[in-house]
Amino acid sequence: RTVEPLEYYRRFLKENCRPDGRELGEFRTTTVNVGSIGTADGSSLVKLGNTTVICGIKAEFGAPPTDAPDKGYVVPNVDLSPLCSWRFRSGPPGEEAQVASQFIADVIENSQIIQKEDLCISSGKLAWVLYCDLICLNHDGNILDACTFALLAALKNVQLPEVTINEETALAEVNLKKKSYLNIRTHPVATSFAVFDDTLLIVDPTEEEEHLATGTLTVVMDEEGKLCCLHKPGGSGLTGAKLQDCMSRAVTRHKEVKKLMDEVFKSMKPK
Amino acid sequence: MAFLDFRGGSGRVQIVSKRRATCGRHSWSPRVGACVQRTHLVRKRALLGGSNKPRLHVGSGAMEGAMQTESKIRADSRTEPGPRGPGCSLRHFACEQNLLSRPDGSASFLQGDTSVLAGVYGPAEVKISKEIFNKATLEVILRPKTGLPGVAEKSRERLIRNTCEAVVLGALHPRTSITVVLQVVSDAGSLLACCLNAACMALVDAGVPMRALFCGVTCALDSDGTLMLDPTAKQEKEARAVLTFALDSVERKLLMSTTKGLYSDAELQQCLAAAQTASTHVFRFYRESLQRRYSKS
Repeated sequence: RTVEPLEYYRRFLKENCRPDGRELGEFRTTTVNVGSIGTADGSSLVKLGNTTVICGIKAEFGAPPTDAPDKGYVVPNVDLSPLCSWRFRSGPPGEEAQVASQFIADVIENSQIIQKEDLCISSGKLAWVLYCDLICLNHDGNILDACTFALLAALKNVQLPEVTINEETALAEVNLKKKSYLNIRTHPVATSFAVFDDTLLIVDPTEEEEHLATGTLTVVMDEEGKLCCLHKPGGSGLTGAKLQDCMSRAVTRHKEVKKLMDEVFKSMKPK
Repeated sequence: MAFLDFRGGSGRVQIVSKRRATCGRHSWSPRVGACVQRTHLVRKRALLGGSNKPRLHVGSGAMEGAMQTESKIRADSRTEPGPRGPGCSLRHFACEQNLLSRPDGSASFLQGDTSVLAGVYGPAEVKISKEIFNKATLEVILRPKTGLPGVAEKSRERLIRNTCEAVVLGALHPRTSITVVLQVVSDAGSLLACCLNAACMALVDAGVPMRALFCGVTCALDSDGTLMLDPTAKQEKEARAVLTFALDSVERKLLMSTTKGLYSDAELQQCLAAAQTASTHVFRFYRESLQRRYSKS
């Protein structure tokens, strides 16, 4: 396994399974935990097999951007620290972290998961800014799926206090007792695939598989089967038919994830 | 035009036979001995307007003002209607190779008003920390037109790098580095596709061995579902979704894709099919421009 990793993998792939016993189209066990961080306005912890990502959202006041005075904004940041994998060093974010942050920003933008107008308190003067920090605690492959899921769960968990602008003093008054949840419009779910030898597609690759793969593909889908993002950063070519298979797998994955999320939030309701 | 200034004062004689021998499948005829390197210039009379036909220019060294129009190359398919009506056509494109003297290969690609300049250095010495024992290390640096490179540029660099890694035969040059530097000269829509095309042409100019050529095509879908190929900046802003694909020349397989906005599965297949037909035009343009470049020598 250490000397000839590719050959070792090929032997398994020939039998249509993988070294950890999964089928080619099977995901690892997914666990979700919401609301664990008390100091954050919304938080979640997602485990995809061994890959662990924790998301914390802090809501702060900010001035809305001048070109969109009635919109707030969301600032995602993915942090891949040396804690999660031997590949990362401490210091400024490396390429993988920057690419992941950009990917999450694109997903938020494209899927319109929250209406930015909801985040505005006073047009042109005050708006909510949501700082989403996604920290990877353990990197065992498929970081993008885990991050999107963690972000979605945390956003559903965010409670924003009610803010009124005092007419006389023109200051904002925060009422911490009255909190309301965010209005989440869509539920984007990411499904990642790894391409092997230009032909074989496997779902939810582990870190070892990602290393050996000749290419990767991530599909982000929402409820109505609409695609928010088709991220394929290079790698071997894919035909249209293969893409179709990926789409259908992404649809089934979306259903699984949605079911899991609904279960979690139902169990949380009675407070 | 500024392009003329790049070529030196006297005719350049360069022995290119060594480079060409490594160049796999291309339609170049190996040249033995020295040959005069000519600059192939396809340029437009005016950048604005766009109703001008690009002209071919074969220069041989001393050229300030020596502009012989040889023939016109129509690199656009504006007359062809796409699957969804007359909106599907590519803008004029033009390409110039070997315009910089320091990099091993350079190219400038123009698509409508979008223009990107690419330079390739390699195969060259690599830092021990970055070397890969059995392949060449590919590095891509993308510089925006204004400001410092940010996270978005890093993300695009990763996309371009992975696309190039899939086509470049790195195994022929182990423990070396191939650096592609891209500078955005002007941005009027379809920037990523233009960067990909410029990078491909520059890699070809540098003689880096590749298993296929690749090209970038951008599609935009607007709110009523009409497909637009090669959108301008205004069309991109108004569109519901913008999809950029990189396709290879051998089997038109999808090498890279990045999308913005919401769209359905069927629309994706449609865009992909349209991009595949558009890529035939781009590859034909590559072939013609390379043929013209080497035909006189």
